[in-house]
Amino acid sequence: MAINCTVNKKKVSLDIDPNTPLLWALRDHLSLLGTKYGCGIAQCGACTVWVNGEPMRSCVLPISAVSNAQITTIEGLDPAGKHPVQQAWDELDVPQCGYCQAGQIMTAAGLLKNNPHPTDQEIIDGMSGNICRCGTYHRIQEAVKLASKKIKK
Amino acid sequence: MKTSRRDFLQKTALFTGVFTLGFDWFSADASAMEVVGSAGRFNAFLSIDSLGKVILYSPNPEIGQGIKTAFPVVVAEELDVDWAQVQVEQANLDTKLFERQLTGGSGALKHSWERLRKAGATVRKMMMQAAADQWKVDVSTCKTAKGVVLGPAGQKATYGSLAEAAAKLPVPTEVTFKDRKDYKIIGSRVKGVDNKNVITGKPLFGIDIRKPGMVFAQIVRPPFGATLKSFSADDVKKMPGIIDVVSFKNKVAIVGENTYAILQARASLRCDYGSDAPLESTETHQKWFDEGMKSDKAQVMRKDGDFTAAIATATKVIEATYECPFISHSPMEPMNFFADVKSDSVLLAGPTQVPQPAQKAVSDLLKIPSDKIQVEISKMGGGFGRRLSNDFVLEAAELSSIIKKPVLVMWTREDDMTGGTYRPAVRYHFKAGIDASGNIVAFYLRGVGLNAGNSTRQDNFPVGAIENVLIESIDQKSAVTTGPWRAPITNFLGFAEQAFLDEVAEAAGKDPIQMRLALLDRVKTKPVGKITYEPARFEEVIKQVAEKSQWKKKPGVHQGFSVYYSHLSYVAQVAEVKVENGKPKVTKVTAVTDCGEVVNLSGAENQVKGAIIDGMGHAMFAKLNFQAGVASPNNFNTYRMIRGNEVPVIDAHFVNNGIAPTGLGEPALPPTGGSIANAIYAATKKRHYKQPFS
Repeated sequence: MAINCTVNKKKVSLDIDPNTPLLWALRDHLSLLGTKYGCGIAQCGACTVWVNGEPMRSCVLPISAVSNAQITTIEGLDPAGKHPVQQAWDELDVPQCGYCQAGQIMTAAGLLKNNPHPTDQEIIDGMSGNICRCGTYHRIQEAVKLASKKIKK
Repeated sequence: MKTSRRDFLQKTALFTGVFTLGFDWFSADASAMEVVGSAGRFNAFLSIDSLGKVILYSPNPEIGQGIKTAFPVVVAEELDVDWAQVQVEQANLDTKLFERQLTGGSGALKHSWERLRKAGATVRKMMMQAAADQWKVDVSTCKTAKGVVLGPAGQKATYGSLAEAAAKLPVPTEVTFKDRKDYKIIGSRVKGVDNKNVITGKPLFGIDIRKPGMVFAQIVRPPFGATLKSFSADDVKKMPGIIDVVSFKNKVAIVGENTYAILQARASLRCDYGSDAPLESTETHQKWFDEGMKSDKAQVMRKDGDFTAAIATATKVIEATYECPFISHSPMEPMNFFADVKSDSVLLAGPTQVPQPAQKAVSDLLKIPSDKIQVEISKMGGGFGRRLSNDFVLEAAELSSIIKKPVLVMWTREDDMTGGTYRPAVRYHFKAGIDASGNIVAFYLRGVGLNAGNSTRQDNFPVGAIENVLIESIDQKSAVTTGPWRAPITNFLGFAEQAFLDEVAEAAGKDPIQMRLALLDRVKTKPVGKITYEPARFEEVIKQVAEKSQWKKKPGVHQGFSVYYSHLSYVAQVAEVKVENGKPKVTKVTAVTDCGEVVNLSGAENQVKGAIIDGMGHAMFAKLNFQAGVASPNNFNTYRMIRGNEVPVIDAHFVNNGIAPTGLGEPALPPTGGSIANAIYAATKKRHYKQPFS
């Protein structure tokens, strides 16, 4: 039976193995390639998307668990790149290779949605589940701070 | 530039054909790539059309080192255009146009600095000449600013309006470069040209390649040293979404319609392996290290004076042994590659640091001429040296030739971590003799590496400052595959040597910085034998880091010093450690780098900070163990990567002396393990001799 859900505000119907992780449904069946595979075991955060507004690791989340859910991927955050987090990422020139950054951005935007003005420690803790092999951690933390400033109090 | 008028026309014609195909398979704006008439491609690095659109081509593969931004910055500076005006494109492999289209050894800017400047300056001169001809004035009375030629009587003409006329002029052979005090872009903070695409999730990477008719595949590889005896594929072939299961070179490839179908099929695949010799384990490697250290068959890499005689006269002898394990590169984007092999042509696409050798290797494998093999270079989700090896390119090409389909071979994280071409495991033994005044009179190093080649760097500091030196290397062959890993050899040798010199300084009763400066003084006055480094540049980074870090002037803060020369750049570091709850915590690293001219300050800071975090993370956590030829751990749950809550403050400074730029992708890594280990020692009196520390 097909799984119906909403991805980036579009209704989609996935008539595939319900155990398929959301990551592979997005990448292989919906051609949404912005969400990245990094480890497949929810350790690195490269695959982070929002499910009903909450950051989740799509590599271990079967599509059977997202029936009727609202899913937001990096492509849907703001296609024009104007989300405060995206703007901060560009302004502070965060990316090196860029591969993990979709997951970093979705995690950061999720963090700020729940807590628009986090403390430095909350930022460090909130972002430490995402691995960046290039070591852009300082700029990630600074960019979350900058994005927080862009979100009006 | 030696580009002749005829060459230029040929190249223009060539590129009108090639570049409309574009490099970006998904968002390719074909019209943006078109060369407009004859006013298009001026040379390998740039084109300007009559509408004023400036396209700068970056030939070298981008792995996160920022070359796709840095190269165009240099061209744009000498061309004298507004950075906001330019568009940057990745050039695909073209052996006719580009000489060194690879990423490795931190060598791109060093190689191309003059070429890039000439590419820009030549076209700027042609624009001025075209304007001078039009205005009937002497070209020497013309100037340029932001893509506009300015005449003596206030005339103005944009490069776009001049492009067609300029393209008909002979290409000047002599050009003058800007004075660096007039630089507007070089040395400023330039954001990555791919940022917008990255932050909006555009498909830029190899793993994102999608082509018509393409199938997916994963490959099951044997343990190191093992051969495939048999495999059970019948049930697997019947599984939903599976297209084929084929075997080649001891590997089994599962071809399918999508990734999840293949992942499930893998779980059902049974492979039986055998081997002629016992398969290697970590114990095997330890035994080889022990034997190598005792062997009388070491290759002498360097001999100055008489080490044996000198060490016998020393009043104090210091000895230490250091060791590092095999480690994986683990770029965030695992290995993958696309190949479409047809009977007489091949399309290769994906993340390779070495497109030309990849093309050659596939040509040799399939017996198809190189000129029939097209290579598209994708952006890479990190490389760290892993993508200098062509194993994954060859696998994709061979598989495509067998199944006769375009195929994207993807490695899982487990495949990537257990599939080899690791940083080689190495053991070092150092010995130094000091005289009554604390001077080093004898210095010995033996490196025993497993598939490491020469595991020493025999002409590097402190060699050149010591009268009696003996350096030896032994390379032990292993079935475990190895390859360059960011700052090959020096990524660990730098740690071992800098940790050892710290111990020597302590034994000699000297400050580690003062000891280095005294040694360099000696090199400046009368170097012993051949050296590859410039002592004055070494000295400068040391002096600056001492000042910027407030060396030994911060009460309660434990500091460790190191300095290393690699890839023609110099990096000095001071690490700081505090003891919290009885445990040492690295709180800060101050780094001073001499990489000559800093082309892009933002990118340069990224490289230095990233390399320090990389060096620290791997020194502290990374290790692969071997059992029966299989590496473990195999994923990030047990193979620890450094995280954002573990990084120290990093204070990165640059000497920025205007010397032609040298490498920066690697040089900040080698000194990192040493500065940190030395700071940990200052705090705890415990020395680290092995990586990982924990």
